[in-house]
Amino acid sequence: MDQSPGSDPSQEPQSAYPQNAYEGGHGPYQPHEPGYGLDQPGYSPYEDEIPDPQARMLAIKNAKAYLLKTSTKSGLNLYDHFANILTKILDEQPTNAVDIIENISKDVKWAQFRKKMDTLRDEHLIPPTFEAAEKYKALFVKEGGEDEHEELEEEMGKPSLPNVMETAFYFEQAGIGLSKDESYYIFLALKNLNNVQPIQTCRFWGKILGLEMNYIIAEVQLREGEEEEEEIGEEGEEIIAEGQKEIGQAEEEDEQKEKEPEPPKSTYKPPPDIPKEANGTGTNKYVYFVCNEPGKPWVKLPPVTPAQIVCARQIKKFFTGRLDAPVVSFPPFPGNEANYLRAQIARISAGTHVSPTGFYQFPEDEEEEEEEGADIYEENPEFEPPPVVEMVESLATWAHHVKEILKQGRCVWINLAQKSEENEEDEEEEEEEEEEQQEERGQPLLTLISEDEGMNNIPAWTAQASTNLIPEYSVAILQSNRWPGAYAFASGRKFENIYFGWGHKYNPESHTPALPPPAEAEFPSEPGITETVDPTVEEEMAFKAAQEEALAAAEEEEDEEGEDD
Amino acid sequence: SLNCLDWSLLTPATKEMLALAEQLKGRFQGDPSFEYSLAEINAEAAARLVQSGKEPVIKEEARLIATIEQIDRAVGIVPRGAFVKTPLGSVHENRHFEGLSLVEAKKLSSYFHFTEPANLKNKTLLEKADLDPSTDFLDSLEHDIPRGSWSIQLEKGGTVVVLRSLLWLGLTFYHVPMTKQFGYVYFGTGEKNLDLPFML
Repeated sequence: MDQSPGSDPSQEPQSAYPQNAYEGGHGPYQPHEPGYGLDQPGYSPYEDEIPDPQARMLAIKNAKAYLLKTSTKSGLNLYDHFANILTKILDEQPTNAVDIIENISKDVKWAQFRKKMDTLRDEHLIPPTFEAAEKYKALFVKEGGEDEHEELEEEMGKPSLPNVMETAFYFEQAGIGLSKDESYYIFLALKNLNNVQPIQTCRFWGKILGLEMNYIIAEVQLREGEEEEEEIGEEGEEIIAEGQKEIGQAEEEDEQKEKEPEPPKSTYKPPPDIPKEANGTGTNKYVYFVCNEPGKPWVKLPPVTPAQIVCARQIKKFFTGRLDAPVVSFPPFPGNEANYLRAQIARISAGTHVSPTGFYQFPEDEEEEEEEGADIYEENPEFEPPPVVEMVESLATWAHHVKEILKQGRCVWINLAQKSEENEEDEEEEEEEEEEQQEERGQPLLTLISEDEGMNNIPAWTAQASTNLIPEYSVAILQSNRWPGAYAFASGRKFENIYFGWGHKYNPESHTPALPPPAEAEFPSEPGITETVDPTVEEEMAFKAAQEEALAAAEEEEDEEGEDD
Repeated sequence: SLNCLDWSLLTPATKEMLALAEQLKGRFQGDPSFEYSLAEINAEAAARLVQSGKEPVIKEEARLIATIEQIDRAVGIVPRGAFVKTPLGSVHENRHFEGLSLVEAKKLSSYFHFTEPANLKNKTLLEKADLDPSTDFLDSLEHDIPRGSWSIQLEKGGTVVVLRSLLWLGLTFYHVPMTKQFGYVYFGTGEKNLDLPFML
């Protein structure tokens, strides 16, 4: 039998174009009518004979071509579509396939339009924890060669890097401190600071909380020689400023000599600026570096001026955490947050840095009677630490080792020889000063803290032992009531001060801001500038008439005199 | 407790205690039986007490109770979704609370005061439409007066969010985002920060 290769025309109900013309039978069937093609010879259901093979082959080819014809609307062609349907049916083998054949056909068509894999992918979100971890990782990388490290240890007897973990351990006994993680990060950050800056001694001063970010503060003493350059720069600026002021004053005097009426000059001269203390002495004895988080770069705080300290005493503001933030207050603070931070650090240090009495002593060849000379102290090699119990019970075993800040804002009083500094408000200060002859004396260095006055029956310090259960290993802890957040501990020869807090002094009464100054007095009224009512027309006429009479009278007199002669 | 070993139960606060304690200023002494003399502070209250036969003093214990109550009421906070309110009105813990997401945790509006809401009803209708009555039945922190009296920070690389109250200095609230952990503690002197408006 002549088998037809390829397509099997028996699958199709409707078929290719009729090869032979209509020969007879029922009328020409339209394609949509059932029975279409049945009237053709060779396709009638009653036809069993196989027609001429050549024609059949051609018929098959034409049928296939027709099936492969692509639809203009959807881009599909019938051949592929049928192939897909049959594949799907044979794969799934549904029951009653012939009943749901139309649905299957529709589904296959839908499947053509399924989206392929999206070429866009979600951006890989870097979680903030990852970024933070990267920053901390930088801390852990050991910088510099190991040789440098060994050299440093040989040169200086005392290591410049403080043992933050040890300090943290002691404070932890008292329930104060940061988490171990954070202490360790701070430790590493201090080590980095050490490597970068020429540092003689370094200490973790504490942490001040802020609204947006916190500050971690390191107290540092730079090696000598490094600070002198900065001093010269600043002095140069001051000289220039003074020179300009002098020029300005000379010009004013010249103008006053001229007799032109001018608006009256103001007789107000601002009080002269109190010069700040030199770097390395007094309030600027230490240099402070801050950073917001360990891992961020350390920023050096500028030295503090007395005006800033005086103003900082009168305002109470939260820190935001950004060093360049302005401090909006009354009286207006001269500087931005970095200056305010430095001023508060200076006040806290002066008020709360204590050590066991006798740990520091004055060198024996200097006399301590001078107010300005008693700035230097050194460790007492023969210091015998009193037992912890004694340290807790009596406050006389502790002494301040930072000079107090006078009302002027400096540690060492300066006599400006012009006006007395009576403009500051009285605050609860620890000094007992008597302003004799405009001189201010603060307590000398190394005074015992039992001399500190309390406020409203609250003692200035509270002392406790860290534990009552194991007295051998307990640590004496001192809490300041005047600056809540300042703590000190002592155990044998070791002692340390630290601050954790918001950076404000304790005030039992509410903070009262300074009142604005009284309104300036009016310029004293003189007849030259008092307003008078303009003369009315009648008055002017009357005045004019009077003048003319006077003139006429004068002329008559002259005439009379002339005639007399 | 003074030493974490012996604990004594505190009685709930009464309104008189609250009113009187507000007027006491200064630090706590540390001794619960310390007596503040009322005569200096408030002569009327002292007179009333004398009339009713008691001494015109207020004990530190009462001040402590009142302070704790005040702190809880003013700044006790919880994250949004941690507690749900049933249609019957009772409030209980939400066992399905999975924590806030990082984005939500940085916003002040996702934390609520855990007290009777004071100004829920003052919101506009538009805002009310967005709320979900089962979780949003408390006051949010956003509308605290004065504005900015909370400091919100992410610590430890963003794994912990810490809120600090500036009104009661020492109140710290912590929450680990995407977990159920949250809580607040108070370490401090027990005094309200009345200077807050000057400090912001």
